[in-house]
Amino acid sequence: MAEQIVFFIFTILVLGGGIGIISTKNLYYSALFLSMTLSGMAGYFVLLNAGFLAAVQVVVYVGAIAILILFAIMLSRRMMTSSEPQTNRQTWLAAIVSPLLFIAILVLVLQVNWPVSSAAPTGDALILLGMSFLGSYVIPFEVISVLLLVALVGAIILARDTHTDTGREQ
Amino acid sequence: MEQLINWLANILENTSWWGLPADVSAAVIVWSVYGFILALVVAPMAMIVLTWLERKIIARIQDRIGPNRAGPFGLLQAVADAIKMLTKEDTTPAGADRVPFNIGPGLAAVAAILIYAVIPVAPGIVGTDLNIGIFYIVAVGSFGVLGILMAGWSSNNKYALLGAFRAVSQLVSYEIPMVLSLITIAVVAGSMSTVTIVDKQSWVNGGWYLIAMPVTFLLFFLSSVAEVGRSPFDLLEADSEIVAGFHVEYSGLKFGLFMIAEYVHALAVAALTATLFLGGWHGPFVTQLTASSPVAGAILGHIYFLLKVGVIVFILMWFRGTLPRFRIDQLLDFGWKFMTPVALLNLLVTAFVVKLFQPGVSTGMGYAISAGPLASFGGVGQTIALLIANLLVAFLVSLAVRAFARRSKAQALRAVAAVEN
Amino acid sequence: MQNPYIFVGILVLAALLLPVVGLGVAWFLRPHKPNPFKQSTYECGIEPIGDAWVQFKVSYYIYALVFVVFDVESVFLFPWAVAYNFLPLYALLEVIIFVAILFFALVYAWRKDALKWI
Repeated sequence: MAEQIVFFIFTILVLGGGIGIISTKNLYYSALFLSMTLSGMAGYFVLLNAGFLAAVQVVVYVGAIAILILFAIMLSRRMMTSSEPQTNRQTWLAAIVSPLLFIAILVLVLQVNWPVSSAAPTGDALILLGMSFLGSYVIPFEVISVLLLVALVGAIILARDTHTDTGREQ
Repeated sequence: MEQLINWLANILENTSWWGLPADVSAAVIVWSVYGFILALVVAPMAMIVLTWLERKIIARIQDRIGPNRAGPFGLLQAVADAIKMLTKEDTTPAGADRVPFNIGPGLAAVAAILIYAVIPVAPGIVGTDLNIGIFYIVAVGSFGVLGILMAGWSSNNKYALLGAFRAVSQLVSYEIPMVLSLITIAVVAGSMSTVTIVDKQSWVNGGWYLIAMPVTFLLFFLSSVAEVGRSPFDLLEADSEIVAGFHVEYSGLKFGLFMIAEYVHALAVAALTATLFLGGWHGPFVTQLTASSPVAGAILGHIYFLLKVGVIVFILMWFRGTLPRFRIDQLLDFGWKFMTPVALLNLLVTAFVVKLFQPGVSTGMGYAISAGPLASFGGVGQTIALLIANLLVAFLVSLAVRAFARRSKAQALRAVAAVEN
Repeated sequence: MQNPYIFVGILVLAALLLPVVGLGVAWFLRPHKPNPFKQSTYECGIEPIGDAWVQFKVSYYIYALVFVVFDVESVFLFPWAVAYNFLPLYALLEVIIFVAILFFALVYAWRKDALKWI
């Protein structure tokens, strides 16, 4: 019973945050709702006994990505006072397409026979994770660092343009 | 549809490993009491005691007397402050974004309190022994950053916003060296659990990590001080520049909550430093005493732990009393161009030394790891080797810094010469 | 075995009580007499000029960008650190390469003056 209650609390966080993200006009609130959703996701991981993933979720998504998004919003002038409508003429098309997409994904998810186990994981899952990172998945592990390098180079090149522009303005 | 219902039912049923109703054991009740005491007694007390202590110590450093009117030695000064905070009118600026403005301080305080969940205060006494202990601390810290950003932005005040920007760029910059030094500890201890890390610092296993890894200690301690935003890294509140930074518009208890967050966090950093580097509750006779009488051992463990925490807290206040504030460009340069590269180098060197002392293990994955060439020297040998490696790192870094300083000095002289001509 | 995170949940509830109870008590104790001057934005005693939500330097954002990259890196290093004693020697080599590539990223950011305060 207790775990259902906790599950529903996290669900309220996730779904409430999700609805908040799309319904509010204020971008700053959207970003705050996003971090609420992401924290709720971390709660799911805890319920699934995946503490490390929960911490990763919080460190990377709440601590880094959400902060980055908040920064981006705060640094953009006039973004807060935007009075443009939230919807455009294709609202109805979107209203049809997105439920269809949801059903398609649902069908796919239901077709897979997910192995379900009610037992708590045995052994230290973290050590197994580390061994897999540097065992069977060592090439993806190395590729990640290249990916991060590319991401950083791209980000710096993109950000530097605006950097020099506003640098003179200030 | 039936499938969907089954699927949902499955989710709800199969989380039943969290068997709370099956055995609402004594342990859960003990934990709850411990948790509530921690949050509702220790946190406000930490703030009350530490503010008094800080004002007194800094006053002595500056050749003043400090608070001395309320009660003996001014001891009741902090209580008077607390009463004032409770009874002071709480103004919210008209232009503020009310909801995030009110959530911000609470979030910062909650995040600071949550750190204590994994700090072992005595043998067998810890909130919860998470296997991701030190990573959990990093994760919880993220919420504090979010609280600061919310407070700064929602205040609708230029100082507050500037303070929040400074705060967040400082906190994210110093999180990297802090995390890297935590990884270094995890490599040496072979675990992220704070309880295991303390166990590994017994004299049999090689002693305090402060002795084995002074460079890691400095990296961790300095970046933690920056994470709390205390002097000399107190740019985020910098009273003389941006009047108080992100909490300039707060008054009454909401301001008090930010103070609680700061002091509770500072105490947590001291406790964490004691846990990770000063051997936690380890001290003479604790292990022997715990074997014969767990209660006496726990009390002695508490005493040693609090003594170590006290020393670190004093160092934090000493910093505040003596060191001038960084400038923001110096601060960020120090974080990114000095701490981060040194932390990366230190991590790799430490990992190499640890590999030399690798004990032979069978992995259960179809292969076994043979013992390292120096494994027979054991924990003490590893401590000595790590110390030598750390000193080597420090020496190399000092050479690099000297070369860098020479070059920038030459550049500056050339620039001056060019202007004079 | 019980989930070790139960205590974290309890502590969250207890910690939430601190601001809730504190602010609740303060609500009864404190005066509440707002006036427009009291509620105006603080700007060192001068009338506030313009909105506070002005544009700030992009430099702050670039630091956050570099941070995200290194944050993700650290997430991958934690499992390696824990499993270190169970890994063969080549794992150290792999991590040296991993860290070296990211060190190169840091050097790149440095050389491109992304880490320079302007």
